[in-house]
Amino acid sequence: MSISEETVDQVKQLEADKYKYGFVTDIEMETAPKGLNEDIIRFISNKKEEPEWMLEWRLKAYKHWLTMEEPNWAKVGYEKIDYQDLYYYAAPKSMDRPKSLDEVDPELLKTYEKLGIPLKEQELLSGVVAVDAVFDSVSVATTYKAKLTEMGVIFCSISEAVREYPELVKKYLGSVVPHSDNYFSALNCAVFTDGSFVYVPKGLRCPMELSTYFRINAENTGQFERTMIIADEGSYVSYLEGCTAPQRDENQLHAAVVELVALANAEIKYSTVQNWYPGDETGAGGIYNFVTKRGACRGDNSKISWTQVETGSAVTWKYPSCILQGDNSIGEFYSVAITNNAQQADTGTKMIHLGKNTKSTIISKGISAGRADNTYRGLVKIMPKAEGARNFTQCDSLLIGNNCGAHTVPYIETRNPTARVEHEATTSKISEDQMFYCQQRGLSPEEAVSLIVNGFCKEVMKELPMEFAVEAQKLIGISLEGSVG
Amino acid sequence: MSLLSIKNLHATVGGNEILKGINLEIGPGEIHAVMGPNGSGKSTLSYVLAGREGYEVTRGTIAFKGKDLIDLAADERANEGVFLAFQYPVEVPGVVGMTFLREAYNAKLRYLGEPEIDAMEFLKFVRSRAKTLNMSDDMLKRAVNVGFSGGEKKRNEILQMAVLEPDLAILDETDSGLDIDALKLVSDGVNELRSENRSMLIITHYQRLLNYIQPDHVHVLAHGKIQRSGGKELALELEAKGYAEFSGEAA
Ligand SMILES: Nc1ncnc2c1ncn2[C@@H]1O[C@H](COP(=O)(O)OP(=O)(O)O)[C@@H](O)[C@H]1O
Ligand SMILES: [Mg+2]
Repeated sequence: MSISEETVDQVKQLEADKYKYGFVTDIEMETAPKGLNEDIIRFISNKKEEPEWMLEWRLKAYKHWLTMEEPNWAKVGYEKIDYQDLYYYAAPKSMDRPKSLDEVDPELLKTYEKLGIPLKEQELLSGVVAVDAVFDSVSVATTYKAKLTEMGVIFCSISEAVREYPELVKKYLGSVVPHSDNYFSALNCAVFTDGSFVYVPKGLRCPMELSTYFRINAENTGQFERTMIIADEGSYVSYLEGCTAPQRDENQLHAAVVELVALANAEIKYSTVQNWYPGDETGAGGIYNFVTKRGACRGDNSKISWTQVETGSAVTWKYPSCILQGDNSIGEFYSVAITNNAQQADTGTKMIHLGKNTKSTIISKGISAGRADNTYRGLVKIMPKAEGARNFTQCDSLLIGNNCGAHTVPYIETRNPTARVEHEATTSKISEDQMFYCQQRGLSPEEAVSLIVNGFCKEVMKELPMEFAVEAQKLIGISLEGSVG
Repeated sequence: MSLLSIKNLHATVGGNEILKGINLEIGPGEIHAVMGPNGSGKSTLSYVLAGREGYEVTRGTIAFKGKDLIDLAADERANEGVFLAFQYPVEVPGVVGMTFLREAYNAKLRYLGEPEIDAMEFLKFVRSRAKTLNMSDDMLKRAVNVGFSGGEKKRNEILQMAVLEPDLAILDETDSGLDIDALKLVSDGVNELRSENRSMLIITHYQRLLNYIQPDHVHVLAHGKIQRSGGKELALELEAKGYAEFSGEAA
């Protein structure tokens, strides 16, 4: 019997037992049954060998979550999620894991090929093998980590941080996204099992880009990830999240939380490429991505910059935000969101100006094709003490074809008369003139669309770190395949 | 054998028949000028040859290097060696000129089954071509045609032609909107590209351009047909007499 079958059987057994004896947490096992209750949370906390305070924190969040309602204000539609029908810890991955690449959706394989992903990694991404089977060459990661440690940078999994650096975690966890913030973040607080923790010490300009790819303990990307980055005074760090290759995951619901804290004169640059499986042409089987990302510019002259390229998922609900507390602090949001076929994205940002002379910039590029829907939703809020605050917002939408939608929903609240807030918005289509011009120069219709869309997104793409930018450019073309012709 | 052979070409746009039986043979290295009043179908002819969507061939044949062009898509025709310098070059926001050129050049290499060109080597190649046209590096760094003056746009078209080295170049009203200095620059650029294995079809309303780029043959297009053909003296005659004799419904 294969390990996978064993796991499945174990789980089935467990679920049967649950009704007989009730669910007990202190036994040695690798899986937990479906559903969510306090026992499951205890089980997770126990598995992670967490201190008591962490468990208390999770339980508090869970109790709060029970009083909340799933939000429905976003312009997305999806089938109601049955939260008791999900696994919250170590789902039996094996259930329909393909046995070889021959069993993987050929469309997915074509995409891997176009992105130039090596065979071994293709196997990982499509779920044929587990992460540790691929990253057995831990040496690269180890050297990398040793260097970081030498400089005083902490870069580890959040679970490790809870055990090894409890004071730091206690001080900052939930300080940017409190457990009561919203439905999905409350759920995340209760059940998070994975994610990264970064601390950059005072005055250090971290010379390497930190990437999830290199984090040791590379477990499977979790369904409820929790990431925390703390940049101490005068430090700088650039963090890369995600991967250009479309990743399959058996968990349909993803509800991550990311908290960033920049102290005085510190800067955090956070770049994301999100390319979760969008489902087939009808959206079936695609991932629901409900993320809460927020950064606090806590000290004076601090800066947080979010750059995101969102091409995946069936449904995306995501608003990376900045709380500009320190005087002269700066928040930036650069976003490309592409939706094709039946994808839906409701994404944008919130810039909350609290300190004096705080500045924010929002550049959002939404591209819609097929029957997709793409909404920009943004809030700029200038609080009474934010003397001299400034915001510039530019939202551009590009439509490909006649069956897709683009929507811009800006909210602006100004409570200080010295504030200056500018908002520009455009909606355009790829013109037949542009298409013919490119084709007359030898580009195929798909190459033409890719080039034109990359041009449209340029202001955002140039914010990406080099190694990400090249892949992201290719990705833009690939995610729009089939949108013309 | 002709490089381009057009026989009894009929074409419609938006349901209207614009080309009504064009016959034209262009040999290798020849320069042909097509002149005619506004609205006579000159641009239509260029779009039909380049394979623009919506320009429907209803009768006749177009053979290019012995191949039937009608069945090929616009990008395939381009990669076969048909180049169109646009009357109104199109803006492509955010796409740097150099990138645009490289994408186009590599598309052709891929079509021919050859390996893509090294970026540094390509840069040198483009610079050498840009020199004649007095185009600075700065222009190549700007987005394609965005914020370009009329003259800059036309020079940019000729640069693309110089880089893509087509077998057949169709120049649609390349002289329109150019002052005399720009006209000289552009003509020099075009003349430099004359060679025995590159043919050109120069579409123009005025004779002026033909003082700079001397054609081997001149044709008058009116009412969807070629009404007269001759040598370069025909252009001078048209300059003097205008298109009056071709106006009104011709037989
Ligand atoms: N998209 C179109 N739909 C309908 N008629 C068109 C279209 N484009 C051009 N025409 C018509 O075709 C004729 C020829 O136009 P064109 O080829 O642009 O002439 P020229 O370039 O010689 O000035 C004109 O009568 C014009 O109105
Ligand atoms: Mg014309």
